[in-house]
Amino acid sequence: MAKIKFTLNGKEINITIDPTARLLDILRDQYGLVGVKEGCGEGECGACAVLINEVIINSCIVPMGTINNKSIVTIEGFSETKRYEVIRKAFEDEGAVQCGFCTPGMIIASESLLNNNPHPTEEEIRIGLSGNLCRCTGYNMIVKAVKTASKRGEGLW
Amino acid sequence: MSNISKAIEKVDSEEKMAGKAKYINDISYNDMLFAMTLRASESKAKIIKITYPKIPKGYTIVDYNDIPGKNFVKIIYEDMPIFAKKEINYYGEPILLVVGEDKAIISDIINNIHVTYKVQTPSYELKNSVIYYEFEKGKAKEIFKNAKKIIHFDYSTGYQEHVYIEPQGLIGLYEPDKITIIGSMQCPYYIKNAVMQALNSGEKGVRVKQATTGGAFGGKEEFPSLIACQIAVAVLKIKKPIKLIYDREEDMEFTTKRHPSNIKLQAAIGINNEIQAIKAYVALDSGAYIGLSGVVLQRAMIASSGVYTIDNIEVAGDVYETNTVPNGAFRGFGAPQMMFAIEMFINHIASELKLDPFTLRNKYLAKQGDITSTGGKFRDVIIMDEMIKKVMKMSDYKKKYLKYSKKDNYKGIGMSWFLHGCGFTGSGEQKHIKALVKLRKEKNNFVTILVASVDMGQGIQTTLRKIVANILQIPVKKVIYNNPDTDLVPDSGPTVASRTIMIVGGLVAQAAKLLKEQWIDGKEITIAKRYKQPKHIKWDEENLRGDAYPAYSWGVNVVEVVVNPITYQVELIGIWEVYDVGKAIDERIVLGQAEGGVLQGISYGMLEVMKNVNGRIQQKNITDYIIPTSCDSVNIETVFIDNPYLLGPYGAKGAGELTLIGGAPAVALAIENAINRRVTKIPVTPEYIMELIDYGEN
Ligand code: FES
Ligand code: FES
Repeated sequence: MAKIKFTLNGKEINITIDPTARLLDILRDQYGLVGVKEGCGEGECGACAVLINEVIINSCIVPMGTINNKSIVTIEGFSETKRYEVIRKAFEDEGAVQCGFCTPGMIIASESLLNNNPHPTEEEIRIGLSGNLCRCTGYNMIVKAVKTASKRGEGLW
Repeated sequence: MSNISKAIEKVDSEEKMAGKAKYINDISYNDMLFAMTLRASESKAKIIKITYPKIPKGYTIVDYNDIPGKNFVKIIYEDMPIFAKKEINYYGEPILLVVGEDKAIISDIINNIHVTYKVQTPSYELKNSVIYYEFEKGKAKEIFKNAKKIIHFDYSTGYQEHVYIEPQGLIGLYEPDKITIIGSMQCPYYIKNAVMQALNSGEKGVRVKQATTGGAFGGKEEFPSLIACQIAVAVLKIKKPIKLIYDREEDMEFTTKRHPSNIKLQAAIGINNEIQAIKAYVALDSGAYIGLSGVVLQRAMIASSGVYTIDNIEVAGDVYETNTVPNGAFRGFGAPQMMFAIEMFINHIASELKLDPFTLRNKYLAKQGDITSTGGKFRDVIIMDEMIKKVMKMSDYKKKYLKYSKKDNYKGIGMSWFLHGCGFTGSGEQKHIKALVKLRKEKNNFVTILVASVDMGQGIQTTLRKIVANILQIPVKKVIYNNPDTDLVPDSGPTVASRTIMIVGGLVAQAAKLLKEQWIDGKEITIAKRYKQPKHIKWDEENLRGDAYPAYSWGVNVVEVVVNPITYQVELIGIWEVYDVGKAIDERIVLGQAEGGVLQGISYGMLEVMKNVNGRIQQKNITDYIIPTSCDSVNIETVFIDNPYLLGPYGAKGAGELTLIGGAPAVALAIENAINRRVTKIPVTPEYIMELIDYGEN
């Protein structure tokens, strides 16, 4: 057991926990943050993506012991922001959502990308999303959504 | 009336984006237990003995002894047990469940259960035929007997795994007189019927509810019936909520996949280089149990002349059982295998005869009024000419094809022509499904759609509402559609076979029209509508003769590739697609089907490798089984040309499966064009390309 301090969607958290526990399980089971999905459990699909210190990470391969003093934002936290609103609308308008299982992860990936590079080229968007698998859309409508969000969100990132 | 095709906001996007939609693994109950499956470690064996470790309190073993009804999963044939009793027929076959509170303890128990087997000799070859069909159009047999020249090629296709991003999962709930199953699924009533048989209970004893479903592609058609029966039996025994969620490895190794196939095609060629007759033979590997394989075989066989009208055809096919994981439904359902083979074959005939492939294909392209492979009729207008012209213009096909054919620059372009029979094969709708839909106008003038069709990402939450709203001229917000619950909705049939919009949506539209006539503000009115087969559609199920489908959707794909001359990796350069789906109910939603479908089809043709070695699936996770990422995908140009179908709602026909079918042949033809060698199997991997370049024919 280890004592860990971190912020979760802006709230400070102090807990004692098995440092090898998966962040994904703790988020889902302990905090009820079920917008974070499990698609593969081995770091390959991106459905479980969260932001750790503003950068996208697959929470299924993150042991709790490594998040001390870090800031975690899940889709539940991110969906309260203005940036989310722009991404949401763009995903809607471009038809980027089908079954939706990859979508929270895709939105986290979009935020991580735009935060780092507010005006990505198509190539950069494709690379930025390449850690997130989607079996429904064929990706292009998601790529377009990120492009649209980047245009509409001028100044937000 | 507003144009039905104009995109509207997708009803369920917002909750999905915010992470608020509840998929099965997001749902929990007090007291809920978890289940895991003990699986056979042999491919063919008899169970001699099972020894158990000490089972801690609160943990339960559930096996065949606990099944009150039949130990068979009701699909079509009663051959697949819910839990293996004595016989093991494939590696990974479920033997029992361990149920309890803590997953780690469950997994510990599983690891310490010891099964003693008497090992038998498994069969992995296509030897044991369990289903055989044949049919003939015209005088094919006679022509082949006297044929002067016969062209013959063999084709083969591999497995394809669905890789819905949400793995399989269900929860079972207990009430004294009722077991409820909630889960990720396509066919609530398939599950209900299967569980009723397993529990030996009446209609009222089983309730099935769909949870938001994270992709399915056929993989959640019949497979969930198996785990629903298992969970139902466990819930009946333990009387507590039980959750069963597969992890990715279990899902990849032990759930159904697309049938691998071997297809032999022959053409009898006349003195003027005309195709006098075609002979097709299809062998499908069903795995250890038949499941839906017979119906998959039928669809493959019926598709054996592709989009071409050939007057004389002889078709036969077998379903073979092997001691491997059972195969099942997958978007396209037998058609992708055959459409790959026939599209390659017609091109290979052209190259054998030194004819221009485009001219040869055009010569046989089906026209309205032509007779189908099963002796039915293409009754509706066929607009393939226009579609082909369009796609060729969009992609600059002709110029590129000539250029790449001459030059050795490892670039290639390929074009596939294809069709898909919409709805169930033959008399399935009329004889077996008998779909019933209801519309209920509430007192507050909202209208509820009562159907068993599910939204698995394909958008019917929006499109069905839109059909009703448009007919009744009310806002979409006033139309209610909830995830199906068999206690509340009638059996409108499974969500399969591209039937949801055309058949179920068609019935919903008819009901809406009736409701409009009977509309009285403030009064509750329920309208029911049952499917009736159009009179002119006749089907002889015994002999596979007549109209196999009420309507056909059509497509043309062009794919351009470049093959790396050193690594033989294939890179996509462009994708162009033109479809006739009758009328798109929502352009943006159908575009999503088209882009997602074509990429699934192309990667089936070049990327997705799954192999079975000694009965064991070798690719167990997404690291080993490669599906496309955003970097593998390229720009796709898509066009839909309206060609309204009289009996579809607003003219709509099937769309979901069609979009997958042309991808594999288009990319295979593009690779063929790039390397100047004949491609006869998919997936076209770099290893296969190397083999072709070293030893292949051109
Ligand atoms: S679940 Fe974490 S990457 Fe797939
Ligand atoms: S929308 Fe289904 S996996 Fe992306």
